[in-house]
Amino acid sequence: MYTELNSILNVTPDSFTQGEFILVSDRQSDASFLIHHFLSFYLRARCKVCFLGLVQSFSHYSAVSQRLGVSLTQAKEKGQLIFFEGLKESLSILIPQETNPESQAMDFLRDPSVGLRSLYEFVRSSLSSSGGEEKGADRAEEWGPPVLLVDDLSVLLSLGVSVGAVLDFSHYCQATVCSKLQGNMVMLVRCNGLEEEDDGDDESSDRLLKGLTHQCSLSLHVQGLPTGYCRDIHGQVEVCWRRRQGDGTHMQKKLFQFKVHDKGASFFARGTSNAVL
Amino acid sequence: ISSMATPGNSADKPLAERSPFTTTSFQKKTRSKLISIPGTRPSVQNGQLLVSTGVTSLDYLLGGGLAVGTVLLIEEDQYDSYSHMIVKYFLAEGVVCQHELFMAAAQDDPDDILQELPHPILDDVVIHNPVEQPTLSCKCQDSLDSMKIAWRYQNLPKVQSTLASSSRFGHYYDVSKTMEPDIRQAAKCHRFFLPEHLTQSSPAQCLMLGSYSALLKSLQEVIHREGFDLANAMSKSRNILRIGLHSLGSALWGDDLSFHVNPRHRHALTTFLYGLRALLRSSLSVAVVTISSHLIQDRALMGSITRLCDNAIALESFKGSERETNPLCKDYHGLLHVHQVPHLNCLASYLPDHKDLAFKLKRKQFSIERLHLPPDLSETVSRVSRGELAGAATVASPCGSGTFGNKHLDF
Repeated sequence: MYTELNSILNVTPDSFTQGEFILVSDRQSDASFLIHHFLSFYLRARCKVCFLGLVQSFSHYSAVSQRLGVSLTQAKEKGQLIFFEGLKESLSILIPQETNPESQAMDFLRDPSVGLRSLYEFVRSSLSSSGGEEKGADRAEEWGPPVLLVDDLSVLLSLGVSVGAVLDFSHYCQATVCSKLQGNMVMLVRCNGLEEEDDGDDESSDRLLKGLTHQCSLSLHVQGLPTGYCRDIHGQVEVCWRRRQGDGTHMQKKLFQFKVHDKGASFFARGTSNAVL
Repeated sequence: ISSMATPGNSADKPLAERSPFTTTSFQKKTRSKLISIPGTRPSVQNGQLLVSTGVTSLDYLLGGGLAVGTVLLIEEDQYDSYSHMIVKYFLAEGVVCQHELFMAAAQDDPDDILQELPHPILDDVVIHNPVEQPTLSCKCQDSLDSMKIAWRYQNLPKVQSTLASSSRFGHYYDVSKTMEPDIRQAAKCHRFFLPEHLTQSSPAQCLMLGSYSALLKSLQEVIHREGFDLANAMSKSRNILRIGLHSLGSALWGDDLSFHVNPRHRHALTTFLYGLRALLRSSLSVAVVTISSHLIQDRALMGSITRLCDNAIALESFKGSERETNPLCKDYHGLLHVHQVPHLNCLASYLPDHKDLAFKLKRKQFSIERLHLPPDLSETVSRVSRGELAGAATVASPCGSGTFGNKHLDF
């Protein structure tokens, strides 16, 4: 959890708006450090978290969260965190064997045309069943609003899922998590290469980004510096709020530069890096 | 074993034992349970277990070496000469460190590739660490004897004008000679030659993977059978599996990425890389993958391929391009681009100081250097005009009597 980002977004673990869909995207840079921020943020806020880790192993997220002061293993044991490890689940489908049972949630790997229905079912059951289960088991711990985190959606495109299916998935998740359960949702999309190439046809990850940007209520777009590589400034992040107020949407944009440290990240206004001043 | 700094469990990372020759009076207390694998060292940044790529300056560029459990993607240069060389260095380093090898190719027989490994230069390894390489000592004796006149200098560290990490970890190789067969045969090699696997397609293979299905299955079998799995077989002595995958995505792998803008098996390679990452993350293995990216028609695909690997570098050789004859490039054989640095088990990854890099292949070293223009030492260029100007201005000067503007050094 990066406190500087919290003050930019004007949230704390004790008070944050519910029902938000936060889109994290990047281009020619790496925005995964923001996923770690939101993971530790919502775990501290005592939310019930469902994490779809599609690109890294649990030990990676666990090691980074430890540096940010949150133990994923404990959160998992307490039932606060439901962790879906895509890499592990995929192997049983990619290398079919008689002995181990096949994962249902990743069945799009067998045939991408079926879409992400089973993955959505996994999300829905893990987040919405929690209330009833707690009554039955009479758990002492009571968790806050449900949160869905996905790292990252664009890998689904690499695995053959169509853009439409991914947009359907995010729309279903938004309807369930944000609207019905009044929880939050954070999704990461990573885009290829250069923006606005003149060849006309949109590339699939760009189409996905456009679709999701339309759905989301807050977007954080990470880019490399337009002036090129720099060791002391790792890139810039554009924060864009869209608030629906009465008759229309109200947009507000802010641009910050950032640097990722060992145990956090610092955000500063353009041109005010320590290396420059 | 639980304390080994591998991608599986590096949360509690102890520093594995350093090589014995860096002894000081202060010694780090290490637990007796700890098993150190030869040819590995923990990263100074995040305690990850690293292995050398066999190219010392490439190790430095990657932040000390390749983290175990990661994939290094090399985008091939146009004729695949230098990228092929790096794969050979990577495998040769595995032979010297007594790691196990897995080589897969569709074009050349993997055995042929293994026969062409460069000859290791092992002098300092034997001096410092005679126990580790008992079989190699006789070979190293002649390389010791070779330095008769300048014997005083033989124990000095090699001159570090190029990028190199300070401690000895990788080795140097002589590319003009091939590795002796008996050294090579001491290492355990697994091979995968695609033409041999074309007929035996299992009924239950994953359709998405296409021809890579057999490769992934074979990899998983080796990892499982030889005990590289982190989950089970704890009792076996630990070793590293080095995986070399040559020219993935080429037509010989049955992929049509290089023919069409919208290939039919568009997702076969990316799905394979996803499966490869899943395998590596749960085992003590490390992979180098080369892809001839200039042949892939769909440019956007290269981005997804890069993101599914951990490290990504691209080689751009001057061979065949007009830069080959350009005097500014005469010191180098090509350019090296760093496309991606790994973010594994840490937030802040190691970042190189600068990204303008060039490489050259010398007989004993593949070196990566910061690109700079050579100093202009020739007599004729660009200084003539200044000399003429100066000559015209100082007609009356006492030193310049007689010679005007033709030489720069006139007294």
